[in-house]
Amino acid sequence: MSEERAQRLGIVTTGSLNKGVEVKLDSSISVEDMAVGRYVTIEGEKRRFFGMITDISLGVTDPNITLAPPDTSDPFITEVLAGTSTFGTIHVSPYLTIGGDVTSQVEGPQPIKTIPRHFSTVNLADDQDIELVFGQEDETRFRIGNPLDMETKLCINMERLVERSTGIFGKSGTGKTFFTRLLLIGMLQKSRAVNLIFDMHNEYGWKSRTETGTEVKALKPLFQSQVALFSLDEKNSRQRGASPDFVVRIGYDEIEPEDISLLRQTLNLTEPAVEAVYQLRRRFGKNWLQQSLHIKDSEERGDLLSDLNIHESTFQNLQRGLATIERLPFIEAQVPTNAVSNILAQLDKGINVVLEFGRYRDITAYILVANMLARRIYAQYQERTEKAMGEGGAEPKPLVITIEEAHKFLNPEVASQTIFGTIAREMRKYNVTLLVIDQRPSGIDEEVMSQIGTKITFLMDNERDVDSVLSGISGKSELKSVLAKLASKQQALIFGHAVPMPVAFQPTEYGSAESYKDFLPGGDTPTEKQAEKDIEELWG
Amino acid sequence: MNEARAGEVIEASTTEFVAQCYELYQSPPLGRLVKTKDGPVDIYAIVYQATTSSLEPGRRPIARGQDEENEEAVYRSSPQLLKLLRSEFSALVVGHRQDEGLYHYLAPKPARIHGFVHLCSPEETKEFSQSLGFLNILVNTHLEVPLEELISAALRQMSAAQEDPRSFLVAAGKELAILLGGEFNRLKAVLERIRA
Repeated sequence: MSEERAQRLGIVTTGSLNKGVEVKLDSSISVEDMAVGRYVTIEGEKRRFFGMITDISLGVTDPNITLAPPDTSDPFITEVLAGTSTFGTIHVSPYLTIGGDVTSQVEGPQPIKTIPRHFSTVNLADDQDIELVFGQEDETRFRIGNPLDMETKLCINMERLVERSTGIFGKSGTGKTFFTRLLLIGMLQKSRAVNLIFDMHNEYGWKSRTETGTEVKALKPLFQSQVALFSLDEKNSRQRGASPDFVVRIGYDEIEPEDISLLRQTLNLTEPAVEAVYQLRRRFGKNWLQQSLHIKDSEERGDLLSDLNIHESTFQNLQRGLATIERLPFIEAQVPTNAVSNILAQLDKGINVVLEFGRYRDITAYILVANMLARRIYAQYQERTEKAMGEGGAEPKPLVITIEEAHKFLNPEVASQTIFGTIAREMRKYNVTLLVIDQRPSGIDEEVMSQIGTKITFLMDNERDVDSVLSGISGKSELKSVLAKLASKQQALIFGHAVPMPVAFQPTEYGSAESYKDFLPGGDTPTEKQAEKDIEELWG
Repeated sequence: MNEARAGEVIEASTTEFVAQCYELYQSPPLGRLVKTKDGPVDIYAIVYQATTSSLEPGRRPIARGQDEENEEAVYRSSPQLLKLLRSEFSALVVGHRQDEGLYHYLAPKPARIHGFVHLCSPEETKEFSQSLGFLNILVNTHLEVPLEELISAALRQMSAAQEDPRSFLVAAGKELAILLGGEFNRLKAVLERIRA
């Protein structure tokens, strides 16, 4: 172990397994050098513990000190009192432990079931400790950043990450998008999973801009051969300099009543109007949408409505809603190619798909398209996985579906109806998980939230959002204090399935030429490769 | 070692001894580290009290200086005074040395009567004050002298023998802060008297 290099902070004085341990700081350590979210190791008698600083406080041995404070202008008195009568304490939540015997060394850190004994020495964790807990960068581990105030690389196991759904939360402008790009690259490089990204704001496919206006490359320019760009709005994509591999069009007959019920809020439909949709579907079959929209004849319409027992005002309400869908430019009566099979074909080849929405950024379009496509892909995956289980064939590649504004899909009212609710709850069995990005996690259904394996949260102001993200994990109040102290930008807390213990970290820088090089082994950027190829051709 | 002889033990117990000075008014300063012997054992003590009184307990001195010009003249005109008065000092035992070992706790036996009392040299004081264990004895005794006064006087005396008096006083202050954990006002009183 690394005692000789580690910086000693103090000793354990009291504590409990539930609430964590109190550490009295040595007099040489200033409380001002401590920071919540930092890692410490505790050298117990038989085992070693890893924990995080979750609170910092000031203590006095005698309450009289606070009532009649000493003359602090005298450095002598201040120096004497520091660490003796007046002292700093830190509250440490231990998370992991590693025993001293050989088997424990091999198994690695385990969740704690006890706490260190009295007066165990507490050290600041060093690079080796972090590596021991989180592992080194390798074929499955991807570097996502550095733990706060440390230079060490923080790596997470991408294979493990994609086993469960992942959530990225934080209020707007905290760096969610940049981190998501990074995470997508991580999945692309270090896991077997393929990604389907519903890219509402056109940020993950081609290029986007930082708040200061600098241009940032997204996935496609960096990984030409591994990413396919789909677009709902070809014109817009080309204007932005991107050349989409496929243009997605959706036929009327592809829209199902479930899609409409999901859009109830956004289309301002009444409950009976949604009911009517199902009746119309039964009556008209696949082409129900077009047919319902074009009932002009009042007689025919009167008959139909009385036949189906739909109230006139309900039908008008429904028609207004459906007209909104009809006006979406990518919805067409006849569609030559099927978007779903195209997407599936790409995913099967291990190619990640980014679907850009172009100018159609309104939530109606997003919910409709994302839900429709995901539902069909879900059906395919389910079928194939079951087939693979039955016949022993190859299972489909693990799929991660990335959605933004997740609370629109996963709020308690619609979570039971949307495909995303189902995926979050049970699709893990069928090799599909979600990557949800959202700024209002409190709007997400509790049940869905509890199924999100790994959560990465940036700063959040709203109490309810914080509570919903941290719900159900041990040491909630401690993590809350860490979360509340994150910087407003580029600092996050990750916890859950993919990491052995929660960690506050600073994501790797993304967006500069330097940062791109890091993602491409050996500095093989496409341009350099091209240059090498050119030279080779030139000289034979 | 050529150590200054400060007096001779005239009363002794396990925790303290009283010594009479050879010269009137020549008692060591408050807080001074002194030592005496009990056979092979050196007994270290800190001076906590000094008195000057009449040799005979019932016979109090009387005022004599009304017609004299100054105080010195009083003694010049009555030279017998120097023999009728005596100076004594009391010292609290804080440690001992036995078989080359220096211990900061009470000696097994008290000092012997007529044992010579020596002032400790700066080197010896420094050696003794390497450990601050004696502070515990000072803090826990009950004497007529206010403890804050005694402790601060002893620390001031000892710090004079150190190469770095300030860091010695800081270390001693920290030790006291622990010993006087729940008594901040006493600690404050000591610190104000030793501030470096």
